[in-house]
Amino acid sequence: MNGSSIKPRVAVHKFSSCDGCQLAFLNLGEDLLTLADRVDLVHFAEAGPLDPDTEVDVAFVEGSVYTPEDLERIQHIRRHSRLLIAIGACAVSGGIQALRNSADGSDWVAQIYAHPEAIDSLEHSTPIAKHVKVDFELWGCPVSGPQMLAVVNSLLLGVTPYDNADKVCTECKRRNLTCVMVSKAVACMGPVTRAGCGALCPSLGRDCYGCYGPAKNANTDALAVQFAHLGLTPLAVIQRFQSINSQAPVFLSAADKARVIRDE
Amino acid sequence: MSEQKRTVAINVPVLARVEGEGALDLRIEEGNITELRLRIFEPPRFFEKFLEGHSYTEIPDMVARICGICPVAYQVTAAQALEKLFGVELSPWARTMRRVFYCGEWIQSHSLHIHLLAAPDFFGCSNAIELAKIAPDEVRRGLRIQGLGNELMDLFGARSVHPVGIRIGGFHAAPALSKINAVRDRLRAALPEAEALIRWAARISVPQDDQAFVSVAMRHPDVYAIDQGQIGVSDGSLIEVEAFDDHFAEYHEPFSTALFSTYHQQPYLVGPLARLNLNHAQLPEPVKALLAETGLVLPSRNLFHSLVARAVEILLALHEALRLLDAYRVPDSPYVAVTPRAGITSGCTEAPRGLLWHHYEMDDDGRVINARIVPPTSQNQGRIEEDLRQSLLNFGLDQPDAALRLHCEKVIRNYDPCISCATHFLRMRVERT
Repeated sequence: MNGSSIKPRVAVHKFSSCDGCQLAFLNLGEDLLTLADRVDLVHFAEAGPLDPDTEVDVAFVEGSVYTPEDLERIQHIRRHSRLLIAIGACAVSGGIQALRNSADGSDWVAQIYAHPEAIDSLEHSTPIAKHVKVDFELWGCPVSGPQMLAVVNSLLLGVTPYDNADKVCTECKRRNLTCVMVSKAVACMGPVTRAGCGALCPSLGRDCYGCYGPAKNANTDALAVQFAHLGLTPLAVIQRFQSINSQAPVFLSAADKARVIRDE
Repeated sequence: MSEQKRTVAINVPVLARVEGEGALDLRIEEGNITELRLRIFEPPRFFEKFLEGHSYTEIPDMVARICGICPVAYQVTAAQALEKLFGVELSPWARTMRRVFYCGEWIQSHSLHIHLLAAPDFFGCSNAIELAKIAPDEVRRGLRIQGLGNELMDLFGARSVHPVGIRIGGFHAAPALSKINAVRDRLRAALPEAEALIRWAARISVPQDDQAFVSVAMRHPDVYAIDQGQIGVSDGSLIEVEAFDDHFAEYHEPFSTALFSTYHQQPYLVGPLARLNLNHAQLPEPVKALLAETGLVLPSRNLFHSLVARAVEILLALHEALRLLDAYRVPDSPYVAVTPRAGITSGCTEAPRGLLWHHYEMDDDGRVINARIVPPTSQNQGRIEEDLRQSLLNFGLDQPDAALRLHCEKVIRNYDPCISCATHFLRMRVERT
């Protein structure tokens, strides 16, 4: 049998985003050419292949749903994809642009654009899973190359990708990094943030800022109390949870609780 | 025999190999272009609005998210503006390493653009994977150079997409000498590869497409400007960063989610070719010598020289990084303390795609009252339309539709438009009557 006929067909789609998670592919270096040997990249606009309507085995989706057109496009992609994998903060939580969800977005349009009527955007930036069934979510802003390859390799082997929902703290311990919250009294989000980056921020002696989204069993109540002990104002506590993954339910409710405390 | 008045409609739903989403509307009536619009319609992400109320400490991490391909440009520009306002004098170490960090992004972004986005067009390939089948060594070399750029960014930022190393006042941490030495070895080893890249890029046959345009790029008296300087214009003007609004205007066209910019009511070019046009005399000697060997005459009026301009800037960035990392030592502190103050400030640097200007009004606590960000792609948007119009006439409107379309795409890719930055992807519709 001809080997090429059994290669899985893969698509990479972009929605509202910075393009940074697609770079997990484009920055693979020579591994990118190996990947192109093992899978059939049928649609990946930024890299060249264009065929958004074809049936695929796996669709990777970057970005959040943010326009009326997006609403239709994601349904179309779902219908034509055996597996749909959401990659990155925008696709799994709405991303940094979801900060608009808590504000009056129509007013923002008028403040930036002279022809606000021409701007076709939805009031809210929402994750892919709000609209269609998602088979696997890969968190991170951005997702990393090794994370992406691990997912691709799992799929090639026919197994479910490993979902590491543990906390950044566990990565610090494994790397033997000194805890920045204990030693430098900085407001680190590591205790409630999902692992996957390899504890990059603490490795530079700074606070994690939660770009991988909430970890499983995250105790945000205790962390908010700790932040207050460290001297953060209620507004600063709210903003800790309202950043890259502001609409992730765990961070959203942590921010809401902090608002109640602020308003008391 | 060709028809004089054919009625043809081409609909290309997606222009590939650009960063983000946009469209091109082209209408040809009786052999004349009657409509030509570059439409950028990636949904706006409202960065300027949601920065409001956030602390200066968060700004570098937030503005990075505007663009996954040039986050360093956004971080360094924001940091420069805020440090100016707060009266912070960076340590010589931090100032130098900001430039090295930035060189990493130029190397990464330029090599990605040359090999993965632009070059396939000139070899009749639709993407880099096809190109790798006919030019495997060249593509692999390009991917290695791109990887080296990423490595340089990792060094200071722990990752190359949305790096986490910059803080207002310097960096969070300084790389160890052993790491610097390892990277220096690789930078040195990459010099001949980058030289070969320039020779290869210069041999790629491109259209002769002579056009008059204004080039705008930063200029610095001592070095090829990257992260510091004033705004230079090919008419000889030198503009202070704070005076940007006196000379440049942004306006909104209803068909686009990006804002257009003009310099005294005319479109202008930013990016590698504009920089090379204004600053080529400041290239290091070995780069100048190689440039002379290629026969490229500067200033150039042909945007198709953008590809070789990127290759030249890769070699420049490798030389710069090597020079600046010479005699590296770990500083006592990688940052200086910062005390915020209220006021208005601007910052400007050369992102891989060109001039990037930030403007902030801050309150006493160091929180953003309002922000304005003018990215390179929105500045180039007017020039791209003007270029397409002239370039299509030079190319010949009677060419077959497929050839016209490919030519338009090549022209657009010369600018390496980053539609995510300007909020944007290209769809093209040609209508002929």
